[in-house]
Amino acid sequence: MESPVVIVLEAMLGGAIRVSTPFMFVALGECVTEKSGRVNLGLEGTLVLGAMTAYAISFHTGSPWVGVLAAGVAGSVLGAMHGSICGLPKVNDVAVGIAMMLFGVGVAFFFGKPYIQPVAPRLQSIPLGSWSESPNLRSALEVNPLFFVGIAAAFALAWALRNTRWGLVVRTVGDSAAAARAMGVSVNGVRLMTTTIGGFFAGVGGAFLSLSYPGSWNQGLSSGQGLMAVALVIFARWKPLRCVLAALLFGAAGAIGPSLQAVGVTQGYYFFNAAPYILTLVIMIATSSAKHSAADMPGELSMAK
Amino acid sequence: MSSAIITRRALLKTAAFGAAGASLGLGSLRSARAADLVVGIVYVGARDDFGWNQAHAVAIKALKEVPGVKVSEEENVPETDAVSKSMESMINLDGASLILATSFGYYKPFVLDLAKKYPKVEFRHAAPLWNKATDPMNAGSYFGYLNQAHYVDGVAAGLSTKSNKIGFVAAKPIAIVLSNINSVLLGARSVNPNATVQVIFTGDWSMPVREAEATNALVDAGCDVITCHVDGPKVVIQTAEKRGAKTCGHNANQGPLAPKGFITGAEYKWETIYKGYAADIKSGKPLPNFLAGGFDADYVRNSPFGAGCSPEGQKAALAAIEGLKKGKPIYVGPLKDNKTGKIVIDKTYANDDPFLNNMDYLLQGVVGSTT
Amino acid sequence: MSDAPVAQSFPGAAAPAAPMAVSSSRWRSDAEFVVIPILAIVASFLLFAVFLLAIGKSPVDFMALVWRGGFGTSFSIQNTLQRSSPLIMTALAVAIPARIGLIIIGGEGALVLGGFVAAVVAIPMTGVVPPMPALLVMAFAAMLTGGIWIGICGFLRYARGVNETIASLLLTYIGIAIMNFFVEGALRDLSDPNKPSTKPIGRDYMVGSIPGTSVHWGFLFGVLLCLGLYLLMSRTTFGFAARVTGGNFRAALAQGLPVGRLIVACCAIAGACAGLAGFFEVAAIQGRANASLAAGYGFTGILVAFLARQNPLMIPPVAIMFGGIVAAGGLIQRRMGLPDATVQVLEGLIFVVLLTSETLYGRFSIFKPKGR
Repeated sequence: MESPVVIVLEAMLGGAIRVSTPFMFVALGECVTEKSGRVNLGLEGTLVLGAMTAYAISFHTGSPWVGVLAAGVAGSVLGAMHGSICGLPKVNDVAVGIAMMLFGVGVAFFFGKPYIQPVAPRLQSIPLGSWSESPNLRSALEVNPLFFVGIAAAFALAWALRNTRWGLVVRTVGDSAAAARAMGVSVNGVRLMTTTIGGFFAGVGGAFLSLSYPGSWNQGLSSGQGLMAVALVIFARWKPLRCVLAALLFGAAGAIGPSLQAVGVTQGYYFFNAAPYILTLVIMIATSSAKHSAADMPGELSMAK
Repeated sequence: MSSAIITRRALLKTAAFGAAGASLGLGSLRSARAADLVVGIVYVGARDDFGWNQAHAVAIKALKEVPGVKVSEEENVPETDAVSKSMESMINLDGASLILATSFGYYKPFVLDLAKKYPKVEFRHAAPLWNKATDPMNAGSYFGYLNQAHYVDGVAAGLSTKSNKIGFVAAKPIAIVLSNINSVLLGARSVNPNATVQVIFTGDWSMPVREAEATNALVDAGCDVITCHVDGPKVVIQTAEKRGAKTCGHNANQGPLAPKGFITGAEYKWETIYKGYAADIKSGKPLPNFLAGGFDADYVRNSPFGAGCSPEGQKAALAAIEGLKKGKPIYVGPLKDNKTGKIVIDKTYANDDPFLNNMDYLLQGVVGSTT
Repeated sequence: MSDAPVAQSFPGAAAPAAPMAVSSSRWRSDAEFVVIPILAIVASFLLFAVFLLAIGKSPVDFMALVWRGGFGTSFSIQNTLQRSSPLIMTALAVAIPARIGLIIIGGEGALVLGGFVAAVVAIPMTGVVPPMPALLVMAFAAMLTGGIWIGICGFLRYARGVNETIASLLLTYIGIAIMNFFVEGALRDLSDPNKPSTKPIGRDYMVGSIPGTSVHWGFLFGVLLCLGLYLLMSRTTFGFAARVTGGNFRAALAQGLPVGRLIVACCAIAGACAGLAGFFEVAAIQGRANASLAAGYGFTGILVAFLARQNPLMIPPVAIMFGGIVAAGGLIQRRMGLPDATVQVLEGLIFVVLLTSETLYGRFSIFKPKGR
């Protein structure tokens, strides 16, 4: 038997790896979207639709990776819908996002009914902990390939946003639409692209939920993770690599509640279960300052329209 | 008409009355013909959740097959005034004269208030909460003592565990859940005195990610059998199976989800109750106000044994079921709670004793806290 | 705060302040705000009809059921109004901070804690204090709690630059955890073992219905609150200062407006509205505080506020429309044998189309005032 502290730490490590991936994907997707000056609050709906699509397609084709791809495509469709609607003048992107969230969740639940019972083939994890004696550590280090895909995507995005022409265009559109127009860039076109990419990422995040962890499809599957992930982008100050950190932190903190109860710290579990929220808030308060609060925020991003 | 006795004719009359009242609005839409008895059913979640709601929805078929009975179902109705409005809408717009409310939180105040407001409509609620002394006579309860099936789970698990640690993923510390946890412990201890039950509360009825985390945490803490009481146990069972732990199911048969480790599971048999209601309606008998039972009344059952169950476990479990059918008590006092060590069950109680409906403690041998 | 100028699309508020035009041209430009939403709703129903035909259900039945379940009978109307009342207040909790340029999405937390505190302060008063003053104390406590809860977001925003959107969302989850901790622990009423709740406040201390209806008083108070806050935001110095701050933060600072206090005040008002919704949930419906307080009204209110374009006067009609769809949703499930998700699809569709239709404003010459 290992010591309680070790068990909790192992659980947090495992939690960071297991729970963080959907947050990471949604946050990265939203990060790209918001970099171009557009908000898509509807990624909760995209996440759920992605989860359902991935599960259904994996069930029918027998290939979970085809399911992941299909989830990405379904997410892109919702993203493109959001992007093209918000491209119209006078349309409020925050509000459309909330409506799209209802729509996406509704569509997913409606078409997802027949897939609650069956068991679909799930994504295989990579056993990275086989060197370890501890079964707990071995299990914590069962890592899904999508986790690495997410991290790789974050590095790629961070690099591309900083160093490529594509990144320059996205950032310009996000910081000043007028400047972008002067450069001859189609502002709506760029935002349509970034919203579609954002939808793709969120859809893949959903695929992780239904095909890896917790790895089944039902209506309560997401319960707000998409909304939280969108909020984490603000926490991550619109930086892809920070999105990864925020997701890891959130995942690790989410493991605190259950694992503390498992080692016998049972009083006040509501607060331990709320640890991700409390921790995020505390870190936000500690790291913010009144002076340069909006320094990293894309200039076109005015949520309060 | 005494509201305690409802006859088919009286039901038909109220149905006709309701339909006539409803026809003031849009007559052409009236789907409830005057000759039908309309039964309204409210579910708190989706009807196909692989758990609590699905168990009801599947069993409701018994009522649908009765000629002249129309079933009016509404799902995802929260325990707010939404449920009272939904039930009222069933009465006013569908002409329902019997309402089945299937979630705990529907009872107080919603079912009670509506029963007073609509004395001619019968209300039945799926929890042992109806109290003859205080509650309206047109309300009532029906319930299966699932803790008896969990006791059997415990017996089978007690003889199938190697680490003597059984993990329990629970939603909220309410009496029904606590009774299931305690019953697993007592079942396990009846065959294996060294067995303990470790519980993790997730704080919510449907929280798949946290349920999976809780399952992992329990396995990490050394539990080699996992069971649960959450709305949809699919995630818990699958996660435990993946970790190589054995499992006991809840609400529906989860055996197919865990081909290697499934032991058995606790299931409701709502169809016994609903078939009884259907028979009463057909023959014009009044519906009983209070129905509750376990194996004795055939209201609960255990899932078919899976590969995870040891042969001794199977034998002992079957023997336990026979005992419960004859009313062998689960709670053999005196028993102490796990917090203060004081005696909470002073003597031996019959399995349907109302005293046991008010459980707010975990027994000694359970690791976990209700707050 | 974003320094970018915040576009003010506030038609209902702008209209009275605008110089009075010839009555017919005023009618024409106002008609736009009636005709376009109606066309949008018709269009969304047509879209949904296609969906229904695809799954083999009759759109005609569906339409008739929506009407009947939401608005067609006296019972349906009351059902609709009752369902709209918490939404009116939680939508205000979004709309008021939006005037000063903040997006608060944490009304749910303020509602839950407000309702919880209302129940907690009621318990010692039961049987001691007469109902009327007790209810006033409860309502005040609920509004104070909600006000502080969202006020914290405003304060953090101003003092520490913490983004209020995410802070209010995080505080919602924390608030629900606080309520659950007490309701399942120290303040739990042990006489109800299966629904962890505080002690009941007692029937005498419940808010009744508006006479002649089964709609509780919360609806009327919600509408009055919308009216009052509309006046506050459009006709007072405070409201003007808040709107200036929302429009251009730097200009407001330069003019020496007390932006910090304005931000905290707007957030506190918002929280108080949501807290009041919590009070009514406890005092008019549940009779005690428990986890059912977190029923998602706070989140639905966000959508209502945006559809009402953050205009308090537009909130009641939008909330009623929402209440009507939800009320009809039950009937549709029951009569057409459709899953609950169908109603969600419909809601999503209606709101997406309604929001899309905003692009049409000012596009049709028929709505332009004559002579321009």
